[in-house]
Amino acid sequence: MNQYKRNGRRDFLLTGFTAGVAGITFLACNKDDDDPANKPPEGSIDLGKGDTGILNYAFALEQLEAAFYMQVIASPFTGMTADERMLLMDIRDHEIAHRDFFKMALGTNAVPMLETDFSVVDFSNRDSVLSTAKTFEDLGVSAYNGAAQLIQNADYLMLAGKIVSVEARHAALIRDLISNGTFADGTAVNSDGLDLVNDPLTVLAAAAPFLKSKIWAGNLPNS
Amino acid sequence: MNFTGIIQYWIGKDPAALDRIDSRRKVMREFCSTTAKLVATTLPFTLGALFNKAYGQSNTQITDVLNYALTLEYLESEFYKSGLDAGVVPAGTPAENAIKTIRDHEMAHVSFLSTVLQSMNVTPVTKPDFDFTAGGTFSDVFTNYDTFLAVAQTFEDTGVRAYKGSAGDLISNNTVLTATLQIHSVEARHASHIRQMRKARGTLLKPWVTGNDIGGVGAAVQFSYDGEENVVQGGVDISALVSDNSATEAFDEPLGPDQIMAILSPFFIP
Repeated sequence: MNQYKRNGRRDFLLTGFTAGVAGITFLACNKDDDDPANKPPEGSIDLGKGDTGILNYAFALEQLEAAFYMQVIASPFTGMTADERMLLMDIRDHEIAHRDFFKMALGTNAVPMLETDFSVVDFSNRDSVLSTAKTFEDLGVSAYNGAAQLIQNADYLMLAGKIVSVEARHAALIRDLISNGTFADGTAVNSDGLDLVNDPLTVLAAAAPFLKSKIWAGNLPNS
Repeated sequence: MNFTGIIQYWIGKDPAALDRIDSRRKVMREFCSTTAKLVATTLPFTLGALFNKAYGQSNTQITDVLNYALTLEYLESEFYKSGLDAGVVPAGTPAENAIKTIRDHEMAHVSFLSTVLQSMNVTPVTKPDFDFTAGGTFSDVFTNYDTFLAVAQTFEDTGVRAYKGSAGDLISNNTVLTATLQIHSVEARHASHIRQMRKARGTLLKPWVTGNDIGGVGAAVQFSYDGEENVVQGGVDISALVSDNSATEAFDEPLGPDQIMAILSPFFIP
């Protein structure tokens, strides 16, 4: 495959998915099935329970990232170089691939498309865009690293593993665009050489300012 | 290639270990096991008792994977140390700082994995002897900066695949699983940066892996990239969603221990 071959841009605002395409079947681990306390607050979106909940959690984060980079490319910041545009378009397309993968894999278990709120981002400003991108990419890495242990099914664990290293490649690149050499500095990697890790509640709290939709994670596995 | 010798060197003189760490040769733990788990953020790395909580997978299996990972980290840390000692990286440049950062991480990984193994009452493997020319394939690896970076890229991209390929073998031990994934994503950060360093020196390359493209490193490393051209994930054809290139870039692919060993054996002196 020629890495410089580019397919014609497709319409990424995918409006519908064919039901039943995904080869993954979902079996919930119904630890909390009969607990009436586990009801989402009015107006919030319940990620669900078990592995389905974790995959919806990933789906939500990928929605956020994809929407962000779509806006980045739609309204490029002042002075965006051709190289930066190429890299950011790649990242956009990777996030779209992740988002749509989860949507199709989850099928009828998927949470709805989320409403985002990027009002704090100045898309015309390189620093604003890249610092937000850094937040999202580092957050994504920490989210997948933290969610892995909550996954029951080894196939899903593998899929998360396939994605998290790509998010880490993004994170390193974005950091290097901000300041070359910061791809894995002390704010990302600790003295044991270990990357960021966060649990879902921490990640969702960090993501909340960028989402109009309210996400409820009360049924996610916490062990 | 003395395969048996390398296996013994890698896995603490115990060839049977390879069977135990290859997920394709064993059954995963039962779905929806009620195993007690730990919450990620509250993971101040408590060594000791935590590491002995292996459930569906035996402690031996877990520690075999850790010794396997340790061997890979020895390979990487010795490579960067040797390169810096040899002066192949231009002194006083951002490149030198980056290679030092990566070297320090790999050394930290060696130290960390050794400590974890000791906490599980298992002796860490000793540092193997290496031939970073891979039997002459990369004869100028410590005199030619571009060759050095090319080998570095291969080690990092291969390391990412190795950790990914072992994650399933650690699913029953949350603490070890999480820690090794935290190493895994650091290796991916390294790979991203090394690729940018090579790009800056004129190689057509991206921070991510496109198809099974070897980035001009040479046919000797093709096996490190074969399989990365996969576009079907969990039954979903990703190439129907985005371009073929993006579909391959968006997902890194795993490699099992036997594949990793076949790829890296030329760098080991049995």
